[in-house]
Amino acid sequence: MPRITVTVDGITYEEEVEPRLLLVHLLRERLGKTGTPVGCDTSNCGACTVMLDGKSVKSCSVLAVQADGGDVVTIEGLGAAGEMHPMQRAFHEEHALQCGYCTPGMVMAAIDLLREDPEPSEETIRQGLEGNLCRCTGYCNIVRAVRKGAQEMGQAVSTP
Amino acid sequence: MTVQEVGRPRKRKEDARLLTGRTQWTDNLSRPGMLYVTFLRSPMAHARITGVDVSGARALPGVVAAFSGQDLAAEQGSLPCAWPVTEDIVIPDHPPMAVSEVRYVGEAVACVIAVDRYRAADALEAIEVDYEPLPAVVDMTEALSPDSPKVHETGNKAYEMTADFGDIEAAFRDAPVVVDRTFVQQRLIPTAMEPRAILADTDGESFTLWSSTQIPHVLRVMLAVVTGIPEHKLRVIAPDVGGGFGSKLQVTAEEVLCLLLARKLGRPVKWTESRSEGNLTVHHGRDQIQHVRLAAEADGRIRGLQVSLLADMGAYLMLLTPGIPLLGASMCNAIYKMDAYQFNCTGVFTTKMPTDAYRGAGRPEATFLIERMMDELAAAVNVDPVEVRRRNWIKHEEFPYATISGLTYDSGNYEAATDRALSLFGYDKLRAEQADRRDRGDPVQLGIGVSTYTEMCGLAPSRWLADANFGAGGWEHGSVRMLPTGKVEVITGTSPHGQGHVTSWSQIVADALGVPFEDVTVLHGDTAIAHKGMDTYGSRSLVVGGVAVLKACEKVKEKARKLAAYVLECSPDDLEFEAGAFKVRGTDSSKTIQELAYATFTAHDLPEGVEPSLDSDATFDPDNYSFPHGTHLCAVEVDTETGMVKLRSYVAVDDIGKVVNPLIVEGQVHGGIAQGIAQALFEEATYDAEGNLLTTTMADYLLPSAADLPMFTLDRTETPATSNPLGAKGVGEAGTIASTPAVVNAIVDALRPYGIEDLRMPCTPERVWRALEGVRR
Repeated sequence: MPRITVTVDGITYEEEVEPRLLLVHLLRERLGKTGTPVGCDTSNCGACTVMLDGKSVKSCSVLAVQADGGDVVTIEGLGAAGEMHPMQRAFHEEHALQCGYCTPGMVMAAIDLLREDPEPSEETIRQGLEGNLCRCTGYCNIVRAVRKGAQEMGQAVSTP
Repeated sequence: MTVQEVGRPRKRKEDARLLTGRTQWTDNLSRPGMLYVTFLRSPMAHARITGVDVSGARALPGVVAAFSGQDLAAEQGSLPCAWPVTEDIVIPDHPPMAVSEVRYVGEAVACVIAVDRYRAADALEAIEVDYEPLPAVVDMTEALSPDSPKVHETGNKAYEMTADFGDIEAAFRDAPVVVDRTFVQQRLIPTAMEPRAILADTDGESFTLWSSTQIPHVLRVMLAVVTGIPEHKLRVIAPDVGGGFGSKLQVTAEEVLCLLLARKLGRPVKWTESRSEGNLTVHHGRDQIQHVRLAAEADGRIRGLQVSLLADMGAYLMLLTPGIPLLGASMCNAIYKMDAYQFNCTGVFTTKMPTDAYRGAGRPEATFLIERMMDELAAAVNVDPVEVRRRNWIKHEEFPYATISGLTYDSGNYEAATDRALSLFGYDKLRAEQADRRDRGDPVQLGIGVSTYTEMCGLAPSRWLADANFGAGGWEHGSVRMLPTGKVEVITGTSPHGQGHVTSWSQIVADALGVPFEDVTVLHGDTAIAHKGMDTYGSRSLVVGGVAVLKACEKVKEKARKLAAYVLECSPDDLEFEAGAFKVRGTDSSKTIQELAYATFTAHDLPEGVEPSLDSDATFDPDNYSFPHGTHLCAVEVDTETGMVKLRSYVAVDDIGKVVNPLIVEGQVHGGIAQGIAQALFEEATYDAEGNLLTTTMADYLLPSAADLPMFTLDRTETPATSNPLGAKGVGEAGTIASTPAVVNAIVDALRPYGIEDLRMPCTPERVWRALEGVRR
C-alpha cells in the first residue's frame, strides 16, 4: 500500500492507504476529522470542500494519495486557537446556516472565492458558490454572510 | 428592567459547534468493533426473485456476514403504515428486505456486513440474484385501467375517498363561468443535505439506535412493534440531523434491518447511504394528477369547487403515505368562500419508490391547484388576479370563520398582508412595465404571479387526528428543571434538525422564568433523555412543543411561589413575579427563582408538602390547528426566444402570528420559498417506461444553487393565533406552500397573450420553449 505524508490542520500524519481511498474518507475515518461531511457522490454538493495547498477542493473527488505531501485545512483548523475565522463568525451573525450540514464546505468555498475577488458583488458570490448546495437557507443569508465575512477579512488584512 | 426575549432576533446557540466542525452527524459516530452494512438493491422495477446466493460475498476477506431477504424473512416483519385513511384501504405487506418479489428499483434484496465501508461495498458484486421480470407499472392513469399489470395481487388501487360539502351539482348548474383544468404535481426528491445514516448497537439485552431521523420517539415505538424488541429495551437517538423536510419522518427498511443485524451479530453496525442510493430509496414527495373544476358567477365570485386527485403511492404504503394527499383535502378551498366543495382522491400503486411527507405534505398540492385556478378564473372573467381573490376571500372581520370544508380559521387578515405585499412589490408599476413590453413585442416578457395562501399546521389536535383515522396523537411534551446553581435544563419532545429550537425555547424559558437566556440549555432527540415526544414535522414544534415548554415553566413557577411565600413569610397571594423574582407586594423583600432553586437543592428548610425540586412536566394538545397565511408576489422575465425564466423579484408578506425569533423565522421563510421555487422551475424525479429512476444523482436532479435564486423581500403582518398561548402559527412550510403557484402563475401570466394557459412543472427552458413553439405553429 502506498505510504503518504499529509498535513491536516497543522498536524503531519504518515499513513498507509489503499490507492482508491478518498481524501474525505482519510480525513473522516482514519484521522477522526469528522468536521468535513459527505453530501453526495458526484461532486455536486460541495459539503466536503476543504483547502488543499491553499485552494478549495471537493475532498470526495480527491484521492488520499493525491494529497501526499500536501497541506490540508478543514473547517476544524480554520480559526486560530479558540477563535472563529471571520467567515465563520459572519455565518453566525447573518444566520447563514440552519441544519449546518453544508456549512463547512460553504465556508471553505466562500473563503476560496475571495482569493480572486476580495470584494465580491452579490452576483460574484452567487456564481462563486454555485458548486455548493444548501437545502435550508435559500442562500439569501449565505450571500449576506460572505459579503460581511469579506469585509471583515479585508479589514483584518489592512489593520496591522 | 429585563429585556423581553421573545420577539428578539437572537443569534443561534446551535451555530458555534456546527461552524467549527464539532458535529455529531450519525455517520461521524463510531463504536468499538463496529461493522459496516451495505445493501444490494434491485435493478428491476418489478420482478419475482427466484434465487439469491450470498455465498460468494461471505467468502471474501473482511466480510463478516451476508444475508438475503429469505434469511431475514422470519424476523423482519413488515414496515408500518400508520394512517389507514379509509375502512377498505389496501395496505400490502411491506418486508424491509424483499423476499419473493421486488416492486421498485432500489428495493433491498440482500446485504453485506464487513469490517470496513470499502470491503462491504466490494462484496455486493459477489452476490447473485435471479430475477424473473414482471411488467413495470409507471403511469398512474394506465395503472387504473382494467388491463394494467398489477403491482400487488389486490390490484393497483390503494383507496378512494370522497368528501362532499354543500350541493356541488347546484353550484355548477347554470353557472355563468366554469373553469376546467388538469394540473400535474411532479414527483420530487426531498434531498436533505445529510444522507441517511444509521448506527445500531446492543449489549445483548438492550439496544441503541442512532439515526438521522426527525422522529426518534415515533421511531422507537414503531421499531419495538416491528422487531419485537421491548420498547423499554430500545433507545433511539437522533444526534445532529442535517435537514429532513419530511424525508426523515419515516420508519425505514434500513432502520429495521440495522437493528436486526445488530441483534443477529451481537455487534454494532453502521450504514450510511450514498446520495444515489438516497435518491432511489428515501421516500419521494408530491406526484399527483389534479382534475379541478371551478364554477363562478360572471363577476368572479366562486360558487363551487370540484377536485379529483390521483395520488401516486408508489409500490407500498409507508408511514403516512396514504394520508399525505388528504392533508390537502381541507385546504383546496383555501381562503375563499364558496357554496359547495367536493374532494375526491384515489391512491394508486405503481412500481416506484413510495411517496410520503415532503415539506408541506398535501398543502402545497392543494394550494397550487386553487391558486392556479384563481388566476385562470381571473382570466376567464377578465379581472385582475388580485381583485378576483379580494372578491372571494374571507374578510378580516369575519373571523373566526367556519370554512366549507369543516375547519374553523381562528384569525387572519388577508387584506392587510396583500396590501403590504402589493406596495412592497410595486405592483402597479410592474403591471405598467408588463403592458409596455407587450405593446413593444419585447422578446423578453414580464409576468406577475400572486399567491394568497393559507395552510393548516401545527399537527395536530389529537381529536382531529382520531377523526382522520391517524395512528397517533398530536400533543407535545416538555420538561423544565432548575439546577442547584439556578441554571435551567429544558427537555423537549420535538426533534430539531436545523430549526433552532435550542435558541427559541431558551427565549421562551428566559421570559417565563425571568432567567438569563444564557442560563438555559435545551436537550432533545434522545428517548432516554426526552422520554416523551411526538417529534418534529408539520410546522408543529413551536405551536405545540414550544407551548408545552411554556406550560412546564408556569408549573415550575407555581411550585416556586409556595416556597417563596414560606421563605419570605407571606401568603402566596401577596407575591408578584417580575424579572425572575418573587416580590412581596409593596415591599423590597424578594427572592429570585434561581435562589429558590438552590434552596430546594439543600432542602434544609422547606415547608410541609413542598418537594425538594423545582421541575415540572407539561403536555400540550392544541384544540385547533394554526393557520398561517400571506401574500407572495413574484415577477419573472420570460425569454420567449429561449424559454429561459428569470426570477426578477419576489416579495413575501406572511402572517405567522406572534414571532419568538424573527431571525429564525426569516430563515425558515427563505428556505421554504426556495424549495417551492425549486418545484416550479427545477426539480423532477423522472422514471422511464421500465421504471428506472433517471434522476439518481445531483447531476440529474437539479437542486437550485445560489446562482439560480434572487434575494427575497420579506415582511410580516401579525394577527395572533388564538389556539395557543404564544399566539404563534407554524412557519416551517409556509414558504414552500406559497411560492410554487406564485412562480407558475407569473410564467403563465407572461405567456397568456400567446395563448398559453398552463405549463407543466418544472417550467424548464425546454418546456417553456416547446409551449411557445406549440402555439406559434
